[in-house]
Amino acid sequence: MGRIKEKFRELQEKNKAALICYITAGDPDIEFTEQIINCMEASGVDMVEIGIPFSDPMADGPVIQAASERALKNSTSVSDVLSLVSRIRSSSDIPVILFGYYNPFFSYGTERFAHDAREAGADGVLVVDLPPEEAGELGVHIEREGLDRIFLLAPTSTEERIEMVLENASGFIYMVSVTGVTGARPDMNYDLEDLVGRIKSRSDVPVGIGFGVSSARQATAIASFSDAVIVGSALIRIIEDGGTQRQEVLENISSFTKEISAACLR
Amino acid sequence: MGGNNRKYSCPDVGGHFGEFGGRYVSETLMPALIELQRAYREASEDKTFYEEIEYYLKQYVGRPTPLYFARAMTESLGGAKIYLKREDLAHTGAHKINNTISQAILCERMGKDRIIAETGAGQHGVATATVAALMNKECVIYMGEEDTKRQELNVFRMKLLGAEVRPVVSGTKTLKDAMNEAMRDWITNVRNTFYIIGSVAGPHPYPMMVRDFQSVIGHEAMEQILAVEGKLPDTLVACVGGGSNAMGLFFPFIEESEVRKIGVEAAGHGLESDLHSATITAGSVGVLHGSKTYLLQDENGQVKGAHSVAAGLDYPGVGPEHSYFQDTEKVEYVSVTDKEAISAFSFLSEVEGIIPALETSHAIAHVRKIAPSMSPEQTIVICLSGRGDKDIHTASSFM
Repeated sequence: MGRIKEKFRELQEKNKAALICYITAGDPDIEFTEQIINCMEASGVDMVEIGIPFSDPMADGPVIQAASERALKNSTSVSDVLSLVSRIRSSSDIPVILFGYYNPFFSYGTERFAHDAREAGADGVLVVDLPPEEAGELGVHIEREGLDRIFLLAPTSTEERIEMVLENASGFIYMVSVTGVTGARPDMNYDLEDLVGRIKSRSDVPVGIGFGVSSARQATAIASFSDAVIVGSALIRIIEDGGTQRQEVLENISSFTKEISAACLR
Repeated sequence: MGGNNRKYSCPDVGGHFGEFGGRYVSETLMPALIELQRAYREASEDKTFYEEIEYYLKQYVGRPTPLYFARAMTESLGGAKIYLKREDLAHTGAHKINNTISQAILCERMGKDRIIAETGAGQHGVATATVAALMNKECVIYMGEEDTKRQELNVFRMKLLGAEVRPVVSGTKTLKDAMNEAMRDWITNVRNTFYIIGSVAGPHPYPMMVRDFQSVIGHEAMEQILAVEGKLPDTLVACVGGGSNAMGLFFPFIEESEVRKIGVEAAGHGLESDLHSATITAGSVGVLHGSKTYLLQDENGQVKGAHSVAAGLDYPGVGPEHSYFQDTEKVEYVSVTDKEAISAFSFLSEVEGIIPALETSHAIAHVRKIAPSMSPEQTIVICLSGRGDKDIHTASSFM
């Protein structure tokens, strides 16, 4: 059983939704990314999504765009991120999902990427701009290496598209909470419950919800009807606000993730 | 001619031109693209859609544009006969309006009340703001902050037409970032918003749809040259940034393999300088803005900034069908430098009394190289894609 599946099973026994946290690798440098991941794991984060920075992050709001720009200032590459995963894996079993836009993966080579990602100890891959229609050329290698293929679904997704995504997805489904780009929002659309219900009536693949989660109150609401709460921009903002005060950033991330993690208990 | 006489039938149902094109977008956009594709297909089967486009192209845009025999330019170069397809005489001063008017009619049919667009030089932004005013739609134009400075006049025109111009400060602050920002707007406001992409770029169905709407250039040129010369032209030349005017001229001739087609990219300060926009001649295959195509990128797959004296060519990608034409050798792609383009800008102004856009000047510059070695029986058609009033300020700083 893969680490992602294993983790969901373990959390089900605890009656807790998974807390999945996103950070952009190399923001502001890859050593700090590693410290943040260790800190998050110690604070109750169940899985990490490591973002590979891209020059043109079309589906991201200003917070993650800025994180990408900071990470690219020191040329954080796919190779750097894979080495980071190896280092994390040497001391931890936390499930790791690699998250990014297709061009850096394509440029690295799809077969080589899938092979090296598995070697490094990654568990799943989510490529934002690869809908099922285009996902084949990377997906075939990802599957061969036994990694999970994680896909997005949106409130605008039709029944037809839900079917298509479910046919291809493993690990979990990343449900985008709103029509829009990434970014913390005070209010979220709770019609999602219905959408999650429709997905769950057709498939056993867990469903996580992200794009806009920034408070314990939201996390509690989401945890009540989905399998995972995904947090991104809210964390990036802590990193951004902290600037060079790294110890303070780690403390703030720790207290924020502890609070959200507690809110994920049903 | 060749072993392959199958009719050209790209793209496939998923928008692929061979390995190029497709729909590399977030799931949040897929339903919108599918809706657009369906609406376009339905409209294509409806005679009244084309009647309406034809009406506006004739009465509002001023088509057909002339195919002008450039006698003085021909004599000056001393070789092939040169014809200019005068898209600069279309309403708003460039070919861009052929596409925006057609997409706006489609927008109206889809019942959307808000139009957005990206723009580089501002020509597409102006053409979009124009049709939005005509159709009474709310209009937001995304433009790189750098470009708003170099193209102040067009910013003013867009505002005058009632559009809101949003300067984009992310990334390189130019066209590619304006396109990212327009996509983000579309992802967020997809339910009531129509995104008018200005080139044969972006995810399917845009490259196909914009090609179809711009093909009026080539269809007219073919009819016009046959009427005066009694034969097809020997060579077609057009500048290529995203590539919409080149596609519009070339596409109706695509199965005429004896007609040579040359796309001219911007070599900026020179291909070895790293300051250029020669995507096909100097780039490699990648994925940007929803399609697989040639790109300017670094060894880690990060998209590089492009450079050209012509803001409309300053784009690190290119329409995916051009990438396909490159690999299948249906079109030749070459490049000319900023310097050569500026020189051609003056040349055409002096000999013909026509001030071309700096983008278009790249095509003129290449013709100056090839026409002298051709025979007087041969003909060249250049797509004079836009007029150069907007560039006076930029050009004067080089003279």
